[in-house]
Amino acid sequence: MKPLVVTLRGRPDQRLDLAPLVPHRLAGMTAAEIERIALQTTRKRVLLADVFRLRMGDAAQIRIEASCDRLDRIGHEMTAGEIVVEGDVGARAGRLMTDGRLTIHGSAGPWAASGMNGGTIEIFGHAGERLGGPGPGEIAGMRGGVVLVHGEVGERAGDRMRRGTIVVEGDAGAYAGSRMIAGTLVVVGRSGPLPGYLMRRGTIVLGDKAVALSPTFIDCGVHDLIAARLMAGFIGGYSARAAKLFSRPLRRFAGDMATLGKGEIFLRA
Amino acid sequence: MRALTVKGVRIDDTFAEAFGMRATAVIITADSIRWARQAALTMTGFATSVIGCGCEAGIDGELTVTQTPDRRPGVRVLLFAVSTAELQKQLQTRVAQCVLTSPSSACYAGLKGEETLRLGNALRYFGDGWQISKRLGGTHYWRIPVMDGEFVCEATTGLTKQAVGGGNLLIMGRTAQATLAAAEAATAAIAKVPGAIMPFPGGIVRSGSKVGSKYKGVPASTNHAFCPTLRGAVETALDPDAACVLEIVIDGLTPEAVAAAMGAGVAAVVKLGPRRGAMRISAGNYGGKLGPHHYHLRDLVP
Repeated sequence: MKPLVVTLRGRPDQRLDLAPLVPHRLAGMTAAEIERIALQTTRKRVLLADVFRLRMGDAAQIRIEASCDRLDRIGHEMTAGEIVVEGDVGARAGRLMTDGRLTIHGSAGPWAASGMNGGTIEIFGHAGERLGGPGPGEIAGMRGGVVLVHGEVGERAGDRMRRGTIVVEGDAGAYAGSRMIAGTLVVVGRSGPLPGYLMRRGTIVLGDKAVALSPTFIDCGVHDLIAARLMAGFIGGYSARAAKLFSRPLRRFAGDMATLGKGEIFLRA
Repeated sequence: MRALTVKGVRIDDTFAEAFGMRATAVIITADSIRWARQAALTMTGFATSVIGCGCEAGIDGELTVTQTPDRRPGVRVLLFAVSTAELQKQLQTRVAQCVLTSPSSACYAGLKGEETLRLGNALRYFGDGWQISKRLGGTHYWRIPVMDGEFVCEATTGLTKQAVGGGNLLIMGRTAQATLAAAEAATAAIAKVPGAIMPFPGGIVRSGSKVGSKYKGVPASTNHAFCPTLRGAVETALDPDAACVLEIVIDGLTPEAVAAAMGAGVAAVVKLGPRRGAMRISAGNYGGKLGPHHYHLRDLVP
């Protein structure tokens, strides 16, 4: 089946909410119905046909072409199927996604993968702050699934993450994995200061040996762990570069002792 | 009883009667195949018969580094019991006492099933609060700190209710040595069949039993009809020149695995021939009314 394609006609003059453009919500809709979906975020009404050219196809596969950073909430609560975006996206891409696949050939704004529960998100550009983080008032951030960012990520990637895997091939901003409840975060490039800030449980693997660790992380020595092999095997299915971090024994730091202290940061020995 | 003779080996026109069982499988890995094997042997020790051991267990086969989750050499172990509760108990105590304790070991699910048994989920408490849960994709592991690093154990393993226990072959020869040679050839062939194990020592039983006894409270006793020293004194099932009977008991994850294993065993005994091996193959049953699975030897003849 051909995918359903929407092409942005030009940069919109307000931020648009693309939450309705997910496979399970478009299933069974006609072209005319899709074109009448309201996307505005201000009082000025904007219908899909006002800003996008629509080419009908199978709604299980959606392509968003010529995208820009004003398109928010792409892949919101997505349950199945696939969304491919050509260009940048705005805030909260893939938020609360439970399954399916979201691919962004560009950069994502803040709160990408926020509260994600399952599925896969791949971002070829950069991702903004609080990748996978919780929304306001939420106790946990990401709760499952896999996020792969080929570029850099902003501050607090994996904030309050509970489960799932985030792999960053580029650099990460400050406080990567802050307040992590559990889960796995891998940063291949350099890391900003204080990764794992107030993390309770979970695993952070860093490629950056010169990272500024908080003194509340305790050196547990160099280990060649079976768990590292299992993580390498799983992550290798997404990023060979990230899997390579596990090929040698790693130094384990336990923390954050300022809180529960059952988390760990692995650095290359 | 009519019999069929293939290459000088007589094959009785009878059948093995087998029973439905609950079974599970685990994969044990270690730094070397030696230690994977050691953990598996220890775990499957004293697991010859559900009557006295609670479960029947054995090594299904060895796995290469490309076949195990952690890319180390490993062994697949099968466990059989009569109830899910007993299987759970046996799995838990055996992995805890024999695999967790074995140097460099790790333990993973060896069977995918809709129903599961607790593996790491039961053993994690050994970590005394320092155990670490790790979910990677759809797989859930427990990491338990131990004195040589960490014991990694998958949270659950699968359970099958399609398993079959009690497939068997009775191998009879003119001397003890020749009969053992035939039984050894059969066990070597059966060991290659995936999904089936032989729970007895080296796969061979020399003390086949019948149900009941002259003594009160003894559930099983020696199968006197097959004891060569009693021939003449009792109603015997043996030929005048038979000096030795050895039995191979087979448990399989599926009825097909048991049939394949019995077929491989019969073929190996026939191949060895009556001069160097056994002169007759039979099978044990209870008249066909107790067990739902009947394996007729004539269907297995090579």
